[in-house]
Amino acid sequence: MIIAIASGKGGTGKTTIALNLARVRGCDVRLLDCDVEEPNAHLFLKGILCGEPEIVTLPIPEIDESLCDGCGACSSFCAYKALAVLAKRVLVFPEMCHGCGGCMRVCPKGAIREIPKRIGVVETLHAGTITLIQGRLDVGVAMAPPLIRAVKAKIPSTGDAILDAPPGTSCPVIATLRETDYVVLVTEPTPFGLNDLKLAVAVVRELQIPFGVVVNRAGSGDERVQAYCREEGIHLLAEIPDDRRVAEAYSRGELAVEALPEFIKIFQHLWDTVKEDANGC
Amino acid sequence: MGADNKIRELVIISGKGGTGKTSVTASFAVLAAGRAVLADCDVDAADLHLVFTPRMIETIPFKSGHEAVIQREVCSGCGLCATLCRFGAVTCLSDKRYQVDPVACEGCGVCVRFCPTGAIEFLERLCGEWMVSKTRCGLMVHAKLGVAAENSGKLVSMVRREARRIAGMKGLPLIITDGPPGIGCPVIASMTGASKVLVVTEPTVSGEHDLLRVLTLARHFEIPTAVCVNKWDINPEMTERIEAKARAVDVQIAGRIRYDPAVTTAQIQAKAVVEIDAPSAEDMRDVWKNLKQGEDE
Repeated sequence: MIIAIASGKGGTGKTTIALNLARVRGCDVRLLDCDVEEPNAHLFLKGILCGEPEIVTLPIPEIDESLCDGCGACSSFCAYKALAVLAKRVLVFPEMCHGCGGCMRVCPKGAIREIPKRIGVVETLHAGTITLIQGRLDVGVAMAPPLIRAVKAKIPSTGDAILDAPPGTSCPVIATLRETDYVVLVTEPTPFGLNDLKLAVAVVRELQIPFGVVVNRAGSGDERVQAYCREEGIHLLAEIPDDRRVAEAYSRGELAVEALPEFIKIFQHLWDTVKEDANGC
Repeated sequence: MGADNKIRELVIISGKGGTGKTSVTASFAVLAAGRAVLADCDVDAADLHLVFTPRMIETIPFKSGHEAVIQREVCSGCGLCATLCRFGAVTCLSDKRYQVDPVACEGCGVCVRFCPTGAIEFLERLCGEWMVSKTRCGLMVHAKLGVAAENSGKLVSMVRREARRIAGMKGLPLIITDGPPGIGCPVIASMTGASKVLVVTEPTVSGEHDLLRVLTLARHFEIPTAVCVNKWDINPEMTERIEAKARAVDVQIAGRIRYDPAVTTAQIQAKAVVEIDAPSAEDMRDVWKNLKQGEDE
């Protein structure tokens, strides 16, 4: 079963929930950090890097100037403005390129070939029962989805996988959530949390994936998130109490279930509820 | 450009999400006392409007890019589109029936161009809308990305361009921009060409890790940068460590903001922190003052 932990708003506790769930799972579980712009799960696991990081590339065009006559077929085709013709010479802007391969196909002179451009790495770490697979986007690279797809290619065909999604509601989130079995939306009981939860709910409904909501730091704000879930008939999976000690443990890179044993029960119960809910769908 | 060059733009980002960007931005908007245009560039999950309850004066649809749509009656079912698509957006439904998943389609146009029967339409895509609104702190440009829509980077650029246009027209010296989390496309679109970036971080292992990545990004684009640690007293040692690392790469330390449950109280009352009697309001005023001083030097 593939379970994604997501939220519209950043900093609501996605990584915390994903890590603590993976930790209380008890048997082997894969955790995939799909927040490739800012991967954080490894900071809490202190795992051992397994093998060399796998370099992920995107195919980008290279122009053979001896064949190119500057006709501009490539630049007028490119939907991303990654190619421009200036004084009969083609300029390539790699950071704009999505790697669709169209320019190479439309070039009447066969002057374009593709070369790999590095966008980031995928690393595998072992930490007890948890195998962490994380993507790490190179700084300065704009395009996260191809790297997220490379991370997701490591989802095992059997067993459970937990995906830690990036914040927001756009391309990187969609790339993470596609083809998952269940989504846990994490929010906090504040107006920002509620607003962004509604956006996230619209996305998972659009993708037609079953989902439930976890309210993190319950008690720190108001009750409007809970009321919204009731009105919408959304399953409220758990309310994790607000506790400054959790924030302090987190700041040091410690998991709630390790620093504060009373949280073990909460996360075990959450895991069971998620499984039950996902199977019932 | 002309007079536009005189307009300063302060962009507030964080690397890690949820560190308090928007709360800080909202307070700055109040402290700017009508001398700034606000731009909410977190178009994925915009929240600034929740503090300022804006009155919309203009809404403009945001159309960007295209999506491929297969016309069944013309399609011969050859499957070339599925072979050529690099984004896994074309799926075979049943025997020789193909469909494009609009969510996965990146609008490159390869399938449209190479379909042997010309069966694929390329429709313009509505990706959201952007708005100009009146608030108690002046004009605000904000946006709403469509559900599961793409091109948030382009929408960010639209919001910033409009904010700059308004600032130029009204003769305002400053744009305050609330940026998105991360380091990818929308963040790059939010910060390129800005006068200054303020990174709001938190004293946690994630905050530190993400800050270092975002500082590298700011350096890559050669934008003067300042850092402020929010909820600093959650972990004072980590705060020291983060500030030392920031100083080591010549980044201005704009101050510290204490952990303060009243930040949430302000949010619930749809107010900026500096508009209520909150202990951290004083810290936010100091950060604002330090940033202005940093500018003058």
